[in-house]
Amino acid sequence: MTEASPVRVLNSDLPLSPADDAARSISPPALVAHRFLLWLKSPRPYLMLVGFTLFIGFWYLAVEVWQLPRFSEMPGPTVVVREWFSRNPTYGLSIFTPEYYMHIWVSTRRVAIAFFLATAIGVPLGLFLGWSERFKQYVFPVFELLRPIPPLAWVPLAIVMFKGSETPIIFLTFLASFYATALNTMLGVESIDVSYTRAASCLGATRWQVFRHVIVPGSMPFIFTGLQISVGVAWFSLVAGEMVSGQYGLGYVINTSYTMVRYPTIVIGMITLGIVGYVTSAIVRLVGAYLMQWRTRELALGGDR
Amino acid sequence: MSVQPAATYIDPAMSAQPARKGGVRITDVVKVYGTAGAGVLAVDHCTFDVPPGEITVVVGPSGCGKTTLLNAIAGFHSISSGSIHLDDELLCGRQKLKALPGPDRIVVFQNGALFPWKTNIENVTFGPIMQGRLSRTEAYEKARDMMADAGLRGIEHNYPGEISSGVRRRVEIVRALMNDPKILLLDEPYRALDSLTKSVMHEALLEIFYKNRVTIFFITHDLEEAIFLGHRVVIMTTRPCRPKKILDIDIPHPRDYSVLTAKRFREFMDETAAAVHEEAIKAFAAGEKER
Amino acid sequence: MAKSLALKAVGFVSGDDFWRGVASIAVFLIFWEVGSRSHALFGFAFPWVSQIPAPSAVLQELLVLVQDPSFWMSAFLSTLRVFEGFLAAMVIGIPLGLAMAVSATFYGITFPVFEVLRPIPPLAWVPASIIFWPTQELSIAFVTFLGAFFTIVINVIGGAQAIDVRYFQAARSMGSSTWDIFRRIILPATLPSIVVGATVGVGITWAVVVAAEMISGGGSAGSVGGSGGGLGFFIWNSYVGGSYTQIVAGMISIGIAGYVSSAALRKIGKWLTPWLSEN
Repeated sequence: MTEASPVRVLNSDLPLSPADDAARSISPPALVAHRFLLWLKSPRPYLMLVGFTLFIGFWYLAVEVWQLPRFSEMPGPTVVVREWFSRNPTYGLSIFTPEYYMHIWVSTRRVAIAFFLATAIGVPLGLFLGWSERFKQYVFPVFELLRPIPPLAWVPLAIVMFKGSETPIIFLTFLASFYATALNTMLGVESIDVSYTRAASCLGATRWQVFRHVIVPGSMPFIFTGLQISVGVAWFSLVAGEMVSGQYGLGYVINTSYTMVRYPTIVIGMITLGIVGYVTSAIVRLVGAYLMQWRTRELALGGDR
Repeated sequence: MSVQPAATYIDPAMSAQPARKGGVRITDVVKVYGTAGAGVLAVDHCTFDVPPGEITVVVGPSGCGKTTLLNAIAGFHSISSGSIHLDDELLCGRQKLKALPGPDRIVVFQNGALFPWKTNIENVTFGPIMQGRLSRTEAYEKARDMMADAGLRGIEHNYPGEISSGVRRRVEIVRALMNDPKILLLDEPYRALDSLTKSVMHEALLEIFYKNRVTIFFITHDLEEAIFLGHRVVIMTTRPCRPKKILDIDIPHPRDYSVLTAKRFREFMDETAAAVHEEAIKAFAAGEKER
Repeated sequence: MAKSLALKAVGFVSGDDFWRGVASIAVFLIFWEVGSRSHALFGFAFPWVSQIPAPSAVLQELLVLVQDPSFWMSAFLSTLRVFEGFLAAMVIGIPLGLAMAVSATFYGITFPVFEVLRPIPPLAWVPASIIFWPTQELSIAFVTFLGAFFTIVINVIGGAQAIDVRYFQAARSMGSSTWDIFRRIILPATLPSIVVGATVGVGITWAVVVAAEMISGGGSAGSVGGSGGGLGFFIWNSYVGGSYTQIVAGMISIGIAGYVSSAALRKIGKWLTPWLSEN
């Protein structure tokens, strides 16, 4: 928490410091463009290029050119790329086959359902756990009792508990997300400075108003950290669930491609998972930034607080 | 050093003008933290008055328990015995050891407590809207006027994180004044500011005080700040906290920064510095942690 | 020390929190017991819970299992894999993270590649890993390694980048060499985040080991590698064999093992970073 420098105040006869004026004149698109130009001028994009060249180059040379002992079993980058963008893929899966999108859709749908359930249950639960000492004392022990069991260890039990093949997978995915969301939300509430709740009650807010106007927005940064983790672990357990039991979905693609010896498709599945996983967590981040503009703007100014 | 009894204090200004609001009477207040056996005595038989319409500054070493007293008035903490009255109305006492927080006594916090997720004007209008005292439009109108009055035009729709900390403190005081409180409770509000910013803030606070004539209860560990601002300065002993010396500062208001070099000001400083220093040494020896 | 610990324990047991916690867990267990026996008790099966074996049955199973050497063998195998993968992740991840934090060029080259690989869930690597590594054991160890690796690297980078620049200035002004700065400032200052990364990482490692064992040993990809053993395999085998009490007993064992590993790491972390206060 750095405080304003005295110069800011002394330099202006006006009651407002220059920092305050700057705050009003920054427009987001200009800021983005400015940052992009700075990025282009920095060595970073070129180093990044070097990094990817080295990575893919090594993959290519080791597998396709030198055919090093273990590497020769693996699909090389050109094989993968050719397969991935082929109109007539050898192993049946490329960006031109509808099955490809069907698998993506099935996986994304499962993650989305599990994520929304986990958010809808985890956020309120976390808020109450953090808000009410008594509620926490009664509920948290059970939560902590179950939490050390990794969600993936629930696979067989989930299959036993729920009918069909869809519900067990969604349950597993939900479980992992749920812990992350509820725990982070609770920590978020506990992180709120007591001055804020006191200030609100001083200003005449009722207990419910304090909850609505202080507890909920105050824990928002932690909630969104939790949601970020939650999407990540959702994909993590989804893949396990789909690989063990299930039909369709990217984990299923990876697993069956292995048993059917369609090795390039394994890599296509992995890359696709990486991309879809990244996009979903980017969406969560963007929603978070949109809902917490106070924080974005604070950070954009270098965080005076 | 003996404790001065809280003598009946007659404000010269009081007789000339109609009775003001916001006088606080602290009578024999004791606060023990923890259980009776292993408790820590934070406030020890504390008795003094905060005259209405004036600035009363409580000075004491960090961690001496003065914030405990403020929290008892605000209603954040209970007291163990004694009583506190606001304008002859019981806030807390034997039957009711903890006061209810309310918009007649508003605290301005040490590190500031503007809600960072609300814009400045949303912060300022928070009180009246929550209490349902004003409609949204009325509250915004009043807030705009008051902010303009305090020299805070143009930052209404910024977030507190976007303005300097000195300006933030001013917004916070405006947020408090929006509720027409009887008394403002300031808990070392300028502690984190550097001395130059602080001096600007002091004059701004006095300006607000002259305009609104709201009673101010101000806590600090800075003796100079205390004498510069206060009508009355209460010097506290280190934990447990008890008034050691109560001074009525007869330097006439309105004051500005020329006061700091005035002879009378130096006299008050000389008279009290030793007492404050003695307590600071005791606090240091006791190893009281900051806060 | 021992005395204060004992005092703390007494305070904890006699406190309200403790008894509320006990009450909460008791209610949970009763609900579970009644729920799983609901068909016998009420003639109508509660949804979901009725499919799970009752805690009393699970307890009996556990009592039998702890006398079975093959169960301990499974536990040992899983622990070994966790240990291997985790150790490899620490040994490779910490220097890599430090190098990335120290050198801007190295960071610029490696971090984007790292960030592209990171969103791929560790378990998606299982088939590729089986193809690449000569033995089943190595392929499970590799996937386990991946699970902890990313978390540890990210934490090391974060910790090293957050070091207050004044520490370097102070060290320089007192005449420290670059190596001194690395050894006496960067390393200890990063230690707390290494500990955090390791504690989180070991949890992920357990999750990955269990799943990898299920997938490669018992899952549908399974038959190829045959039985690799381990608790994950134990659970899957119990499922295939229809012994549901063993499933739950296996889950509880995994939970305990994971909890103990994290607790041990927290203890070690506390011992390594004595300057951090209790909270």
